[in-house]
Amino acid sequence: MKVNVYEKIFMWAVALGLASFFVTTAVAAVGSSIQPPSHIETIDPTKVLSDPRFTPQGVRVDRAGHVHAHVVGLTFAWLPAEMTIPAGKPVTFHVTSTDVQHGFQIVRTNGQSQVLPGYISQFTTELDAGDYLIVCNEYCGVGHHTMAAKLHVVPAQQWKAP
Amino acid sequence: MSITSAPPAPAPNAPAPLEPAATSASTRRLVLANIWVAVLAFGVAALMAVMQAMSRAQVALPERTARMYYMSVTAHGVLMALVFTTFFIMGFGYAIIQREAGDIRWPRLSWVAFWVGVAGTVMTALTILLFKASVLYTFYPPLQAHPAFYIGLTLVVVSSWVFAANTIATWWRLRRANPGGVVSLAMHATTANAMLWLLCTLGIAAEMLFQLIPWSLGLTRTVDPLLARTLFWFTGHPLVYFWILPAYTVWYAVLPRATGGYLFSEPLGRMVFAYFLVISTPVGFHHQFQDPGISAGWKLVHTALTMTISFPSFVTAFTICASLEIAGRLRGGTGLFGWIRKLKWNDPTVASALLAMLLFLVGGFGGAINAAYALNSMVHNTAWVQGHFHLTVGSAAALTFMGATYWLVPKISGRELALQPLAFTQPYLWFAGMIFFSLPNHITGLMGLPRRVYETSYAGAAQAETWAGLTGLSVLGGVIVFTSAMLFVAVIVTTLLKGKPRPVEKLEWADALGAPEGGFRSSVWDRLGLWWAVAFVLVLIAYAVPLAHILTMQRFGSPGFKPF
Repeated sequence: MKVNVYEKIFMWAVALGLASFFVTTAVAAVGSSIQPPSHIETIDPTKVLSDPRFTPQGVRVDRAGHVHAHVVGLTFAWLPAEMTIPAGKPVTFHVTSTDVQHGFQIVRTNGQSQVLPGYISQFTTELDAGDYLIVCNEYCGVGHHTMAAKLHVVPAQQWKAP
Repeated sequence: MSITSAPPAPAPNAPAPLEPAATSASTRRLVLANIWVAVLAFGVAALMAVMQAMSRAQVALPERTARMYYMSVTAHGVLMALVFTTFFIMGFGYAIIQREAGDIRWPRLSWVAFWVGVAGTVMTALTILLFKASVLYTFYPPLQAHPAFYIGLTLVVVSSWVFAANTIATWWRLRRANPGGVVSLAMHATTANAMLWLLCTLGIAAEMLFQLIPWSLGLTRTVDPLLARTLFWFTGHPLVYFWILPAYTVWYAVLPRATGGYLFSEPLGRMVFAYFLVISTPVGFHHQFQDPGISAGWKLVHTALTMTISFPSFVTAFTICASLEIAGRLRGGTGLFGWIRKLKWNDPTVASALLAMLLFLVGGFGGAINAAYALNSMVHNTAWVQGHFHLTVGSAAALTFMGATYWLVPKISGRELALQPLAFTQPYLWFAGMIFFSLPNHITGLMGLPRRVYETSYAGAAQAETWAGLTGLSVLGGVIVFTSAMLFVAVIVTTLLKGKPRPVEKLEWADALGAPEGGFRSSVWDRLGLWWAVAFVLVLIAYAVPLAHILTMQRFGSPGFKPF
């Protein structure tokens, strides 16, 4: 197969470009753990509200001092509807659903995860101080556009563990 | 570049078809029947879209409710993305088969399949319009639609399988009958697409037959939503290539001739389509980056495979631009960019394809961001996504299909294109409208606006207020696109019903530059059976372990919900 020389150069340049994209992604994924939320843990969706992992919902601090937020999605609300977390500290979000699929999204950040009944989504992030809107970004029914919660991120010294 | 300084040496790019004269009237009717269904589905879907735009604009329509909105999003998605595209692709594909082989392989079976597809479409559409299936075109369980919704869609897929089998059988016959084993590039492309479709629809078939249909009928109590998503995206990503490959077929095989030029590097075109066949399916996890239950490592494997998909599109960009440059220079264009002005911008087919490519330039780069492992967290399920796919399937594919319809229908129906001034305006309106629709959606998506929401105020939340202006602009874009859609429907329906009679005409493909005496020889890229086998192996590598993992871990199914 004869290929025009300019086209050949172009194809090699594209191949190198794509390879460098992948290397960048792979180095970040393996070296700095920059990965999409990929936690593997299941839960009985009919018993979420009595499961110790989600009762009570809201912010907790573990023995090591790490902050966790436990959130339940149901048509059409996030429980709890309001949370306060410290700024600039890693916070781990654990989210599940009691009914259909939802999408947990902290607006204007990259903090988000698909939420499936029967599975626990988990991701860890650090946020700057401010008031954030949490929305549902996966269609969940006729009230989908009303499903929201508030997230207050306050300077760490003003934040009090619940 | 110096490639155009020498006068091009056109050569036939494929051996003569087997029975060139015999074009069966029944097959021409089958082509037109498929086009009819595509155009009607397109018209209804466009009406649904303008309702959504009005909703976004907060226009106080009498029937404006959230329930109506989500129903209309479902109808728009299903009729556009699944029905319009599939029926157009089948109509165009049957026309290609007939042109190459004189007739389709199994005419009677194809007619039966056509009516099965129509019955499935009507079943699904009615279920949606009666508010029994507001589950959107992704129909993620445990949202549960009426069984007729799932059964209807399954029938559409089954009918498309008959089309795919026809294509492959014809390709096989042509390969064996022609001593060189080479079929035309258009036939090669359509066959790659048919093989791709038969492989990737295994996912949706399994989801429908083993999960959704028995569950919606009450035969099983629960489904696993993660397994359903995995099967859905097994089909869902290759689906976009099922849409795009026919558009590429038009760009390679029709456009260069339509604008007065020749196809540059045809053998690379054969590589492009074979490559898409290999790589389209084992990449579905890039739609599931945000899913729990799938490990980060397997998502990275799918990312690596996904990155390579843009390679054939880059090659296409080069080849098609070079072909266009040849056309422009042959028509008297000079200078570095002067040839661009000389393309036939006043021909509706050419204008549609060129404008579709320009929009795809933006959409393609956006797609690379969606598929980027880490960046995806910024855009997943936001308005960015609808901005993206209205440039890709909604423009690169749909606008090219419209241009191809202007080219195809007069030749097959024996009727002149009617209302030509409207056909001339339509692609430009589509282009302008899509710019206004899609760019604001990309931006508001980055600003966190979720996709598919009836209303964007979030009870007056401060962050939600920042979306308002741009959302208004996208509504304006939506109305312009709607106008363009109605022009298209008017032109084609008028042509089919009242167009001035003219003789039917054989489809002619673009001539390739630099073909040796007697046409190109068969190369490894012509061996689509081999590439199909490679595709199966790659699918096994990409999916066997994660699927086995999902199937063997402790899972809790979900009963159905109907909150709509």
